[in-house]
Parts: sequence; C-alpha cells; structure tokens
Amino acid sequence: MGALMVIFSVQPKQRRKTTDSVEDELELSTVRHRPEGLEQLEAQTRFSRKELQILYRGFKNECPSGVVNEETFKVIYAQFFPQGDASTYAHFLFNAFDTDHNGSVSFEDFVMGLSILLRGSIQEKLNWAFNLYDINKDGYITKEEMLDIMKAIYDMMGKCTYPALREEAPQQHVEVFFQKMDKNKDGVVTIDEFIDCCQNDENIMRSMHLFENVL
Amino acid sequence: MAGGVAAWLPFARAAAIGWMPVANLPMPVAPTEKNKRQDELIILNVSGRRFETWRNTLDRYPDTLLGSSEKEFFYNEETKEYFFDRDPDVFRSVLNFYRTGKLHFPRYECISSYDEELAFFGIISEIIGDCCYEEYKDRKRENAERLMDDQEDNKDAKLPNMTFRETMWRAFENPHTSTMALVFYYVTGFFIAISVITNVVETVPCGSSPNQKEVPCGERYTVAFFCMDTACVMIFTVEYLMRLYAAPNRYRFMRSVMSIIDVVAILPYYIGLVMTDNEDVSGAFVTLRVFRVFRIFKFSRHSQGLRILGYTLKSCASELGFLLFSLTMAIIIFATVMFYAEKGSSSSKFTSIPASFWYTIVTMTTLGYGDMVPKTIAGKIFGSICSLSGVLVIALPVPVIVSNFSRIYHQNQRADKRRAQKVQKARLARIRIAKTGTSNAFLHSKRNGLFNEALEFTQLPYKMNLSDQSSTEEEQRLKSTSLLESQHHHLLHCLEKTTNHEFVDEQYYQQSYLEAGLQNYSSRSPSLSSQDGVTGTCCTRRSKKHHTPLPNASAPAHLQPLTHTHTHHQGLQELSTIHIHPLSTSRSSLNMRVDGPASLNCQSNQITTAIISIPTPPVTTPDGDLSHQNVVKVSAL
Repeated sequence: MGALMVIFSVQPKQRRKTTDSVEDELELSTVRHRPEGLEQLEAQTRFSRKELQILYRGFKNECPSGVVNEETFKVIYAQFFPQGDASTYAHFLFNAFDTDHNGSVSFEDFVMGLSILLRGSIQEKLNWAFNLYDINKDGYITKEEMLDIMKAIYDMMGKCTYPALREEAPQQHVEVFFQKMDKNKDGVVTIDEFIDCCQNDENIMRSMHLFENVL
Repeated sequence: MAGGVAAWLPFARAAAIGWMPVANLPMPVAPTEKNKRQDELIILNVSGRRFETWRNTLDRYPDTLLGSSEKEFFYNEETKEYFFDRDPDVFRSVLNFYRTGKLHFPRYECISSYDEELAFFGIISEIIGDCCYEEYKDRKRENAERLMDDQEDNKDAKLPNMTFRETMWRAFENPHTSTMALVFYYVTGFFIAISVITNVVETVPCGSSPNQKEVPCGERYTVAFFCMDTACVMIFTVEYLMRLYAAPNRYRFMRSVMSIIDVVAILPYYIGLVMTDNEDVSGAFVTLRVFRVFRIFKFSRHSQGLRILGYTLKSCASELGFLLFSLTMAIIIFATVMFYAEKGSSSSKFTSIPASFWYTIVTMTTLGYGDMVPKTIAGKIFGSICSLSGVLVIALPVPVIVSNFSRIYHQNQRADKRRAQKVQKARLARIRIAKTGTSNAFLHSKRNGLFNEALEFTQLPYKMNLSDQSSTEEEQRLKSTSLLESQHHHLLHCLEKTTNHEFVDEQYYQQSYLEAGLQNYSSRSPSLSSQDGVTGTCCTRRSKKHHTPLPNASAPAHLQPLTHTHTHHQGLQELSTIHIHPLSTSRSSLNMRVDGPASLNCQSNQITTAIISIPTPPVTTPDGDLSHQNVVKVSAL
C-alpha cells in the first residue's frame, strides 16, 4: 500500500524538467563573439599590431567564447588578490570596462579600456578614473559612491593586515579624499574639481606614469 | 597564481590606475623588464616529436622544469632546440597543462609511467583537473593495493621482534600464517560443528523398548550428551581465554561482536552447572539451552561470506526498517478491514482484530495456510486485494538489499569512502597551500627584496650599507623570482600603499591582535595605529627585517613626507624580536640576528619568540614632530 502511494507521488515531477533544459541549451550556443578586424582595432586604439596580437591571444585563452561575463571577470580578477575578496571591486571595474552596458565585455571594450589606461593622456586617464568612481554615471561623485569604492578596495586587502583593519578606515579615507578634492565643499566632486586637484598633486601625477611600460 | 590568468596580469596592473587618485602615499617603482625579449617560439623536441610553443606559455609556471631555467640543461646548441628523451605521448598532456592551465589524465595511460613523467617535469599531481581526478585516484589506489597484495604474500616470514602475545594474536586473526594456527582453526571449526549437531540430535526421538513411549535421544543417553557438551564448552572456553589474552586491546575485544557471541555460546552451560538441582528455575534453564544454538554463529569467523551477509544487513538497516514499517501499516489496515467484513458471518474465525493479524500476514506473504479463510463476499474481495498488495510491498526492498550485498562484496565500500575522504582533504589542502604560496611569496619577497627598489625610487645619496654577502644574496633572490611574480608583487604593493595597510600572514596578524589586547597600560600604543600607519608599518618592518647592524638605518625610502629616526632601533639591538622561523633554526635568539635573508622561509611559519622592547625615552626627530615610545609587550607563544 505504501508503495502505491509512493509511486503516485513521483510522477508529477518528471514533466517539468524537459521543457527547461531545451531552452538552456539554446542559450549557451548563441553566445559567441568575433572581434573586428586587426586594422580597425589598430586604428581605434594606440596599440601596435603585435601588441594587439598578444592581447588577443591572452584574452581568447581565458574566454574561448570571445566575451567575458561578470562572473568570469570576478574569478579572473580575484586570482590576483588571494588574501582578500576582490569581487566588489571587480564589479565596479567591470562596469567601467563595459562601456555599452550590455553585461559582457568583448575584446573591443577590453582593448579600448586598456588603450586609455596604458597609452592615454593624463586627461584621459583621470577621466577614466572618474568614470570608475562615479557609480551611477551622473557626473558627480558623492560620498556614498566613494565609500562603496573605498570599501571595495579595502576588502581586497583581506583580514590579515598590519595594522589591523578597522571599521572606520574606509570612512576616514573618504573624508581625506573629499577634503582634498571637494574645493567648493558642496559634498560632491565634479569632473573638473577632480582633474584640477589631481593635476596639482605631485604623487598622483607621478603614479599615473607608473604603468606605462606594462605591455 | 594560475598560469592561465598570467595573460591578464597586464590588465590588472593597468586597472590599478583606478587606485591612484585615492592613494595618499607615493607608489613603489615598477619592476622593469631588463632585456625584454619579443615573445618567441621555442621548439621542444621530445624523442623526435617536435612541439612548438611560445616562451611565455612556458613561463606561466615558474616552479616547473619547463618554466624555469632548469630547461637550459636540455638545450641543444646545434639544433637550437630543447631535447627531452621522454615519452612524447605523455608530454602532450604536460604541454597542454601549460597551454590551458588544466592537467588531464589520459585513460589509456599507465599510472606509474604518468607519475614518473609528472615527477620529471616538476608538476604535482594534485593539480589534475576535477574531470580526471577521480579516475586518476582510483587507478592509483588499485595500483597501490596490487602492490600491497604482492607484498603481503611475501610477508609469511615472522617479523623478528614480535612478542609471544603478538604472535598468538596474528595466528588467531590469520590462520594461514603458521601450521599451528591452521590446526587450531580446523579444530575449533570441527568442534563447533560437533556441538551444533549434538544439539540437534539431542531432540531426535530414539527408538527404544516398545512398551515405553519414544524419548528423545538426549534423555536416553544423558551422560554421553553431557560429556560431549562439556568437551565442547571446555574447548570454547579455552579458545576464548586465549583470544582474550592475546588481544592487543582487551577492552575493545570484549566489546566486539564475535566475543559476545562466544560468551553467549558458553554461558548457558555454566549457568546450568550452577542451577541443576533447583526445580523452580528448571523452566528458565530449558530456555537457556536455546542459546546454545548461537554457537553456530561462531562459524562466521570461518566464513567470509557470512560476515559480508552480516555487514549487508547492517548497512541495509534503513531499507529493512522501511519494509517492516510498511508491512505493519498494511497488516493493521487489512486486518481491520477483514475483521469488519467477516463480522457478519457465523462461525467466523476472525474473532478480533489481532486474530486477523495472523490471516493478513499469511496472505500478504502469499503463504496461505488455509486455517483462516474468509467466507463472505466482501471478505473474499478484500482478501484478494490483500494478497496482491502483499506481493508488491515485499518485492520492493529486496533488490536494494541484493544490490547492497553485491556492492559490499566486490569493494570494501566503507573503507574506501574513509580513505577517499582523507585523500580529498589532503588534496584540497595541497591546492590551498599552493595558492597561499602566492600570498606567502609576496610577504616573503616584501621582507627581503623590495627595499632596494624603494631606495632607488627616492634616490637617496645614502644607501643602506649592506654587507656584501647579504646584498648579493638579495640580488640573487630578486633574480630568481620571475618577472611575472615581481610584477604581481608590485601590484600588491601598490594596493598596500593605496590603503595604507600591509599584508601580513595569519600568525603575525593573530599575534598583533594579542598584543593589542595587552597594550592597555600604554597610552602611546593606540597612536601606533591611529597615526598614519606609516610610522607603525615602517618601524615594525624594521624590526622584522633583521639584517642591518647599522645604527642609523636610514630614513627608509618611502618617508619623504614623514621623517623620523630609528634610534630606538638601537634599543632593539639587544632584544629578541619576532622571528618567523623555519623549523630548523633555534628557538631563542636574544641577539638581533644578522642572518642573510635566506634564513627566512615563509613556507613553514612559526612564531617562536616574542617581541620585547625596552621603552626608550621619547625620541624627537630632526623635524621634531613625531616621537615613539615602545611598549613592553611580552607575549609568549
């Protein structure tokens, strides 16, 4: 008797599964991306042919389908910071690279971003950094946005730091930043304030040139 | 660092520009690539088959043969290629590891040849990807077991230093070890059989004189049977006592199933001896005789199959429980139904529900004795439903039990699972160690090498006067970390500067946590953390770094905006410091050690001595704005 009851209860579940799996398979096969030609990319970015080749090989190796989605991006970025949690900062970075906001970073986006960062003028680099900090892309950096970014950066340090990481550290850092950058004390930093202030700061100027020989 | 993402390191470094506007400190200088080569193809000739790949691909894993300078030993000048006299088929998997970052184990390959190739090329087998890891481990285990079996066959010779007790135990457990053990084994088996047959024959009626009614043999030849019983019990007792004496862990032996069976088998006899002449308990005495049948279970020591059956039943306890439960449910339901269905008919045997239980059980198991039969139509209908459902309910758990039996018989499942869990833990531990190796490597290189770069950055005329020996060692150390690693370390260094905190390893972090708790009596200590962490970081870094005997360990590199002297550094000279020790070095060191950086080994971190610093009078800097007071902290570890 018990057996009969068990048999009846098992049946309804099977029907539901078949419809879902077919759609899943269709989705996976359609995501594939081929980048524009080498000449076009050469024209649009400041990389040489050889450099583009090297970049593409590395990119394609890690993402055979040609696009990076946010999960893969987070996993890749997290490998460089084994002691902390890089996922929040990776999320912000992803948004900064994904200029057309379609949820995935193609090779063109990737190479454009790198071109600015490695071969761009100081103005362009600062512009890029401002874009990174301005989470909602409204042209102003508020304290909340900055706090989010700061927390994300501190998260990457992880737990085992010296001196021990305190709760208020990101907040304090944000205060220092705003003191420096916010000239008219209106609580937000605009792009002009930002660029002005950075250009007057020797340390920042020097560090902008730090990664020029990366590729 | 996984090799595959080495290609993304330039991206990660470029993205670090995002930290620059936020940082308050100057960044360390980037490692330069001296004689940077264009990426070139290198040819690997493995026993005639040529493989070509980019040099960068191989450089992804610098701690393997192909990724390090070790491959230069195999370079062939005339043909300008690297020649390896190894198996080209296995080399395919090895090279694919560099290309894709995943190591695969081909199914057709012999496990020991694969292992040898991995060992040759310096790749640890734990990195094998999840897709192939199960197969690899299974094959490895089979191989190991086969080797062990071969070895055991050769192990007949007695190990030299076994005590008499151990020899006895071994003889009991494994009868094939010596002739005496074999004889003992057969003798006990024979006596168990005799005892069981005796118990059976005791109850057979022996024909006797015609005028008397038939009596069972046991009552006719009482003396003979009693002697037989005594002999058997004596043998069993002796055997039990000998096992008890030889057992390595007596308490555990007494709790084991076999010993309980032994005890239960011989106890009735002794109890019977004690209580023979007491009429009142003779009924109980008869009951006790039933327990003698348990002697048949002693055969399980002699039969592997019996033991496996026992294991099976134990492991199927849940299925058996389910069977019992569902049967009980069905019996109660059908008994109730039959009772009420047959209530009407006259002279019905279904006098009560419990009385109907018997009918239900007999029908469900399709026995059908026929002593209770329904007479009404409704009763017959329900009776047939009962027998049909009985077939189903009983047939269901049986395949489960059968498959369990075969599963246990063919593989030692429980032992395997336990071993697999341990192996899985060990594997994860090794992969974790390899991963933390990267962070450890960073901390390691921080302590040793990066100061030189920092010095170059500020272009101080006064350079640290390292002893010749330690400087060359440091240079060598710098060279030995690959370019990739030094770039990665530079990236982590920039992050430290941005956030003004340092990476430390787990133990040091906990240590400083402890210290923070002990520091309540010092008013200055909070200042260490609340001031720009720079002062804290640089000073402790000084104390960790123990290679300079200089008094004026100069304002180290990055202190352009802030300057303070390290005269308290002198105070530390006679004191012990926190050492992250490799296991080999001595535990206590009261003097500042002047070892070269080679003594530091991050791989085995152990904090051995505590930091003890004498409070020096507050030292004012030339600028006069900062002062330090060291705290007496003693934390023994």
